[in-house]
Parts: sequence; structure tokens; C-alpha cells
Amino acid sequence: MTDSTTAARTDSIRRILKEHGRLSVNAAELADDADLYQAGMTSHASVNVMLALEGEFDVEFPDHMLRRGVFESVSAIRSAIDELVRG
Amino acid sequence: VSRIVGIGLDVVDLRRFARLLERHGPAALRRICRDGEVRIAEGPGRIAHVAGLFAAKEATMKALGLVEDPCDWRHIEVLRSPSGACDLALHGRVREAATRLGAESFALSLSHEGDYATAVVITTIHETTP
Repeated sequence: MTDSTTAARTDSIRRILKEHGRLSVNAAELADDADLYQAGMTSHASVNVMLALEGEFDVEFPDHMLRRGVFESVSAIRSAIDELVRG
Repeated sequence: VSRIVGIGLDVVDLRRFARLLERHGPAALRRICRDGEVRIAEGPGRIAHVAGLFAAKEATMKALGLVEDPCDWRHIEVLRSPSGACDLALHGRVREAATRLGAESFALSLSHEGDYATAVVITTIHETTP
């Protein structure tokens, strides 16, 4: 995977977090490893985030990935998306 | 005697939930509900109905101590008896969690008022007295 692919995915994840995450801080300024739940994301908002990610990347999170840790940071989400896109 | 081993409460804002359904439509329903679980197909009562189902599923995860390790919502099924009483059927990883906890029965109560749907789930085990 190229650096540009990683950057594009990260930008998409941050845009989705900004639109759906209901964070108390600007998603664009969050550190990659910042805790999204501490930043205000609720379980209900995480449903919106998950559905938006599935639509954006044309993937579906399987049951074993529906864990808090998968959605707790930008980098964790990116790792999950990378895994799902690879198949 | 029965002993309570878990309790979960969840509140869903119907306005936010309506936006979720507007944005994601059928995909949202497929991710949250099992086939046949949504009993109101159309109309204004549908959002409150599905929000109640979601609240029940979130409350169940809380009652089972799955907040830090959430599961697929489709592994929690809300059942309705002909009298209108609610019950739960658990599947997959949620059922495994209930088994580990020793939970033997569940009580679910749903309520809707204004812009909110709420659900409470209580899990109990049965103990024999010495």
C-alpha cells in the first residue's frame, strides 16, 4: 500500500468522524492515536461512523471486528479498513 | 430464588435515530435488526419502533457487561408475545457471553415518550437456598 493510499484513507476517516462522530474536538486536528471515545464519541455515534465507513470503503465489518478497540482511534480504524479492503 | 447479575439501561434520541435511518436507510436496518424483527414496515411509528429495538440491544450489551466489547446487534433478537410483552433471544457471541455469566433469564421493558425510546434489561440467575 502506498503512502498516498494511506493518506487518502486517513483523510476519509477523519471526514467521516467529523460528519458522524459527534466529537467534542475537530477530527482534523486529532492525533492518529487519540482516543475517540474520550473525545466524545458515543456508542450511538459509532454506529453512524461504522455505517459511513462501510459505505465509503464498500466493506462490512464482521462480528469479530465490532469491538470497541477497532473504533477507538483514527489509526485503529485505518488498520481495520486496510484489513477489510485487502480481504 | 433469583438473583440479579446484570442491569442495562439505554436511551435513544428519536431525532438522531431518524437521521441515521435517513442517511443509511436499508443498510442501517440490516446491520441492527434480524430478518423479521422490524414489525412496522412504514409510517411514523417505524422510527420509534426501530429505535426501541436498538435501545433494547444496547441495554442487553450493558446488562451482560459487553460495553467494552460490543457485539453484532443482530445477535440480540427482540421478541414480542401476542400479549405485547417483550422477550429476548440471544445468538452467537452474545449468547456465549450470557452463558459465561451464568445468566438464565432476562427481563426487558421498553418505553417510548416524546422524542425518546428507552429500554431496561435485567439478567438473573436462579439459586437454590441451602
